[in-house]
Amino acid sequence: MNNFKILMNGIVKENPTFVLLLGMCPTLGTTSSAINGMGMGLATLFVLICSNVVISSIKKLIPDMVRIPAFIVVIASFVTLLQMIMQAYVPALYATLGLFIPLIVVNCILLGRAEAFAAKNGPLPSFFDGLGMGLGFTIALTVLGGVREFLGTGKLFNIAIMPEQYGMLIFVLAPGAFIALGYLIAIVNKLKKA
Amino acid sequence: MVIVLTGVTVVAGALLGYVNELTKEPIAQANAKALSDAIAVVVPGFDNNPAEAPETVEVGGAIYKIYKATKGGEFIGAAVESSTNGFGGALNVLVGFDKEGNIIDYSLLSHSETPGLGSKAADWFKKGSKGDITGMNPGTKALIVNKDGGQVDAITASTITSRAFLQAVNNAYAAYSGQNVDGISGATNQVTEAVSANCKDGHCDTANCNKVNCKNAECPDQNCKNKK
Repeated sequence: MNNFKILMNGIVKENPTFVLLLGMCPTLGTTSSAINGMGMGLATLFVLICSNVVISSIKKLIPDMVRIPAFIVVIASFVTLLQMIMQAYVPALYATLGLFIPLIVVNCILLGRAEAFAAKNGPLPSFFDGLGMGLGFTIALTVLGGVREFLGTGKLFNIAIMPEQYGMLIFVLAPGAFIALGYLIAIVNKLKKA
Repeated sequence: MVIVLTGVTVVAGALLGYVNELTKEPIAQANAKALSDAIAVVVPGFDNNPAEAPETVEVGGAIYKIYKATKGGEFIGAAVESSTNGFGGALNVLVGFDKEGNIIDYSLLSHSETPGLGSKAADWFKKGSKGDITGMNPGTKALIVNKDGGQVDAITASTITSRAFLQAVNNAYAAYSGQNVDGISGATNQVTEAVSANCKDGHCDTANCNKVNCKNAECPDQNCKNKK
């Protein structure tokens, strides 16, 4: 499988949100607006690439029995690094996403990709897998955030498209996340079959 | 096996420690900047650094931080950090009062209110919005939502958040006036001084009159004469 195929695999064929249904907690929690979804997606993308590359490089050193704790340590370290760096240099973004950054540790996409891909492949394919999965996740979260923001408040990326009173507030709240996600998955399934 | 896992955690720990050292200073700066930016919004026009030496005051078991703003050494107002329980968790507000206790502006420092409902509190009570509270003085009349017979329009469908927010503002005022017995009486003195300074031959010198002071003290002739 060449690197481009690995990349596209993450974005389309095995999209972590719409197809693998991994990482539902941040997906539902952070997508109240398009910009929040995108920020969460990009933060995950960064951690995913770093952890995939590091895990695939050190996989031979790690005995099978302790691989899960070792992977978690690697992932958690990168998340903490990201959190500190964001807090120091982009405090505005940190203020919006701060609460969700530690959640990346328990995002099953990361451990899932570490186990399913990085532990069996070299650093370069792992990099592309991380990039593809991360982009797939980012796109999915941005689309879901956009749909919820538009239906809920009439805005898209904070730009007013229709008057706010036509917004259906439920889409900004938790039930709207489930409804919107369900319909998006249905649409993706339909498109894939066609 | 144990050695490998220990090795991994030691390396990770060392790396985190290093980056923590590296980012400690910028994080402290970013936080300080966020605070001083918020203070600059709620009590504009100061030339000291209010964020530098906040006074802490305890009212009813809760701790309030008061950032005093001065201009040219004269006390012009203060930003008070106040916290209450909102609908979804702690609601932290920074309220700016001028020296008479009128609300200049406020800033929502942090909250966990429902997005699209309670989170509107960030703008709802600002100048020009429906629930405008700027210029009101909680000392004259405590701020209460209209639903409870008060004077402030509550956020649509978020009465609990609105109540909590106004509570935070009222508490902030209580801390401001209670702790600042000195500050407030000092402020009153300053007002009188300002009025008397505006006196010219027993009359109000409108040219020298600082508009805000004049309006509040109404700068009556009688006052001037009494002062004389």
